[in-house]
Amino acid sequence: MMLFSLILAPLASAFLVALGPAAMARRTALAGTAVTFFAACAALYLFNWSAPGYQFEQSLPWLQQVGINLSVGVDSVAMMLIALTALLGPICVQSSKTAITDRVKTYYSWLLVLQAAMTGVFASRDLILFYICFEFTLAPMFVLISLYGSTNRRKAAIKFFLYTFTGSVIALAGFVYVAWFSSRLTPGIVNAADPSLLHEFPQLGKWTFDLATLEQAARLMSPAKQGWVLLALLAGFAVKVPLFPVHTWLPLAHTEAPTAGSVILAGVLLKLGTYAIYRFALPFCPVAIYEHAPLISVLCIVGILYGGLICWVQTDVKKLVAYSSVAHLGFCILGMMALNNTGISGSILYMINHGLSTGALFLLIGMIYERYHTRSMKELGGIAAKMPIWATFMVFFTMASVGLPGLNGFVSEFLCILGAFQASSAWGSPTATLPNGLPNAGLWGSAGAAHPGSTLGSLGPWFAAVAGIGMIVAAIYLLYMVGKVVWGPLVEPHGHDSHGGHGGHGESESHSVLPTDLCAREIGVLVPLAVLCVALGVYPKPALDALSGPVSDTVRVVQTARSNATIPADSVKEAAR
Amino acid sequence: MIDRLQFLWPEIILFITTCVVMVIGLSKTYLRRKATALIAGAGIALATVWAATRSPDAESVTAAAGQLLLPHMVAYAKTLIGIVGLMLLLLMAGTVDREEEAQIAAGRRSFDPLRSNRAEFYAFYLFSLTGLMLCADADDLIWLFLALELTSLPTYIMVAISTAQTRGREAGVKYFFLGALGAATFLYGFALIYGATGSTNLNTIASHFRTDGISPLAMAGLLLSLLGVSFKIAAVPMHFYTPDVYEGAAPQVSAFLAFVPKTAGFISILLLCAVAGWAYLPAGQAGSLTTVKAAPGGTQLPELMRLMLWVMAALTMTVGNVLAVLQTSVKRLLAYSSVAHSGYMLVGVVAGPGGPADQGFTSNGVSAVLFYLLCYGVMNVGCFAVLAALERSPGRDGNFRETETLADLRGLCTTHPALGWSMVICSLSLLGMPPLLGFFGKLPLFTAGIRAGELPLVVILGLNSAIAAYYYLRMAFAPFLETPDASAEPVIASPFRVRQLAAVVSAGGVVLLAILGNSLMEECRKAGEVRAGIPFVTGGKAEHASAAAD
Repeated sequence: MMLFSLILAPLASAFLVALGPAAMARRTALAGTAVTFFAACAALYLFNWSAPGYQFEQSLPWLQQVGINLSVGVDSVAMMLIALTALLGPICVQSSKTAITDRVKTYYSWLLVLQAAMTGVFASRDLILFYICFEFTLAPMFVLISLYGSTNRRKAAIKFFLYTFTGSVIALAGFVYVAWFSSRLTPGIVNAADPSLLHEFPQLGKWTFDLATLEQAARLMSPAKQGWVLLALLAGFAVKVPLFPVHTWLPLAHTEAPTAGSVILAGVLLKLGTYAIYRFALPFCPVAIYEHAPLISVLCIVGILYGGLICWVQTDVKKLVAYSSVAHLGFCILGMMALNNTGISGSILYMINHGLSTGALFLLIGMIYERYHTRSMKELGGIAAKMPIWATFMVFFTMASVGLPGLNGFVSEFLCILGAFQASSAWGSPTATLPNGLPNAGLWGSAGAAHPGSTLGSLGPWFAAVAGIGMIVAAIYLLYMVGKVVWGPLVEPHGHDSHGGHGGHGESESHSVLPTDLCAREIGVLVPLAVLCVALGVYPKPALDALSGPVSDTVRVVQTARSNATIPADSVKEAAR
Repeated sequence: MIDRLQFLWPEIILFITTCVVMVIGLSKTYLRRKATALIAGAGIALATVWAATRSPDAESVTAAAGQLLLPHMVAYAKTLIGIVGLMLLLLMAGTVDREEEAQIAAGRRSFDPLRSNRAEFYAFYLFSLTGLMLCADADDLIWLFLALELTSLPTYIMVAISTAQTRGREAGVKYFFLGALGAATFLYGFALIYGATGSTNLNTIASHFRTDGISPLAMAGLLLSLLGVSFKIAAVPMHFYTPDVYEGAAPQVSAFLAFVPKTAGFISILLLCAVAGWAYLPAGQAGSLTTVKAAPGGTQLPELMRLMLWVMAALTMTVGNVLAVLQTSVKRLLAYSSVAHSGYMLVGVVAGPGGPADQGFTSNGVSAVLFYLLCYGVMNVGCFAVLAALERSPGRDGNFRETETLADLRGLCTTHPALGWSMVICSLSLLGMPPLLGFFGKLPLFTAGIRAGELPLVVILGLNSAIAAYYYLRMAFAPFLETPDASAEPVIASPFRVRQLAAVVSAGGVVLLAILGNSLMEECRKAGEVRAGIPFVTGGKAEHASAAAD
């Protein structure tokens, strides 16, 4: 019931907002997101963090002719992402108070629908339910961008929709293929192939989209089939992440979206892609992902460097942060492709951290934009002189994003690179390959304490080294941007009333309510994010410990499948016929 | 012959209603004339209920009466036809005689039966539905031909008289000539099949194919028949008429054209495929993994037919979608989208019913086609209903002008919320946006296609859905996101409120059927069962023939 209520609460509030008066829209939305947030807090409290496996599981029958049920359940990975979603909900509503003054009912109701859909993605334990929520995030985001975005919004919205829609229909074909494959299996065949699998398989020819069943079935696919399925899944999810060659929708969408839209896009929507790769690509096609990890990692590294270099030449602050997302998520997927505990834990932590710091950066840019109506670095400079509080937060979150030790970005980035570094068979001492054997010590828990050079994998030091250059590039462009905008001589857009006590645009009366520096509402929006950045940076052990259970399960699946890969699973099936 | 009648009660009811409507429509009293639509509706409703509840048990069908190939389909198809037929009927209000009645009401003219079209229009409407239901019963090539023609002939006239503008008549003539070409093609095909097998009875032909294989002559006949029937479903290469005819006819008649001939065409294609391949399935063989091949041939169609349908499906989807992207008129856009949706459904035909191990709803391509027909019927009626429920005030010639371009739909959610939101929901459903009905219609096509090993075709289907997203998005968001041009003449709601009702009913159906679709899918699963192995053929020759068919 817990998870359903987390999905239904925003949905119900969306209807309330849509039916209620416009004057009440924001407050209703705030109440709705606050209720969701507290429900999520309750869920965090009730969640047993030390237990691996899924909790709050529930299943309602739906279209059983097709094998679709409303099944939900979360492990610690999904729980954290749901918590992030619930946290960003009220923040987005609060940050839109002055930015959105037109068609507020539409705005807040779609924002709430979006939150429900995103929570649904993380909570689903049914492939089709997942797909429905995954696809349905497109409609609210499309509306938010194309109604409330800046000048080029329509093009950005359509590009965003078409890119992600095209990818995900191909991913659907991959899903259906896996389900079909599973429908051809019977318990006898499964047990012959892998006696450790105990899950009940339905009768031959009966389809199911239940994730637990499919995870076990998919592993029996031959490496070649896994490769095709991986390609299909990546077609859908790499676009969402976005990985290097298919990233072009992101800067446009980010730049054109309203502030809250960018926050959600960076904070959660991109994580749908990384989460889906973790949740589906890894357990469905372990052998294929092991084989193709270097290739995907190369794409990540190209994304890291290319994204970084493009950031360097940007003059639009928002576009700069948008391209930095391409680079950052490159690190995230690189860590995942390491296929060891260190890398995957780092990668999942990166999802949270990127959501916090980049989300906050977009909020800060939105605040500046509301005051100056520009995002161009040429027209802004030395803002610290006028807005010290804003400048403090800006520097803080930039540091978090750069990866300053002590803040959250460092931990996850370091773990991702460390994971890639360790993931090489060339180290020759795979003593601790089995996750169970990992020593559990150190400040960061089991994940960070693995012996260097101790895991199987196909990446290695070179991958880590080249990605490391990306960190330097990131430091350069972000610090360059901060140096230009925050420090230096005061530059304000032409025509801006530099002497007025208010920060409003010369002609625009509607924004004169904003003070020069941040108001209490805006500070209140930023503080929770800042607190979490520090907390996750100084003491990430609880989070990493909570992740270790599901992550080591995943790692075990991949490593076992890889070591069994010499015996093609399909041949076992043939024998069973 | 008496046995036969038990299947035909819905048609008989419709036919009696037709006769009544034809007479009543010429009545001198306005109220009685007005009652024609109600009587037609009552007749369709009665036929639908009869088909749904009182259809004879498909298991008891004998060779002497009823078609044996898809025996469960009959009741489902007739119910589906009745339900969508009722929704379409709501749209037809005020299509003909609008000015005529206005003038009579104003006392400027007295009623003249020669100038009134109402009786004919509703009678043709009912005739067409009768023909459509008869298609599902067809167990004979002659029967099938007559049923197809009974479905089509009235539509030619309905197109021509649906609007006062001359382009309606142009569309009618164009539709008639190309329709005649299509009919000639499949009639020629039927003749060749008869020549090759010596029988017009579908069961006998199937059993002939099963024992002796399909001769080149019969294959030529089958291919020609498929080609001719593909005119009805507007599949490439017989799709050229679609945009012009849909644009020329009134939107409500276009909605009719998008459903009725298409359903007739698909029922015929399913029957022909069952005759030529699916009925070869070895009956009663246990479902082991080896009996059903996932490779080509797993589709259980003769390779030539499979190839033709495959190419037709791929081309139809792609041509329809790509050309739809270029349109600005909503009617032309929906016409090309209708072409594309036929292509999607052909994927289900190519996939076929599957082997004995695959009798679930998800594996059966025939069920998927039958389910998609319903989904398409509901959501497509919704889009056309919005167009039909809107109009512009009369121009200088006194004719009510239709709304047509995407620009006309702008801001509809604010000006006419019910219509605007119906348009948004139905277009998103046509796009295949989960969790609306269109998505659940496409999903079985995906699953059945993959089950049959037609992966490339499924990927083409997926990519086409993405192309289609582009134009459906424009259609879905013009009412919602855009504001009407201030200079443009505002669109007004048509005085015939039932058209709005049809739009709202469709939109509600699109949402509700997706949530409550399980029992419906169960019906489709049953309806898609192909009678495996024609029972009156015995002996060891059957296995030989099934091998030859592969």
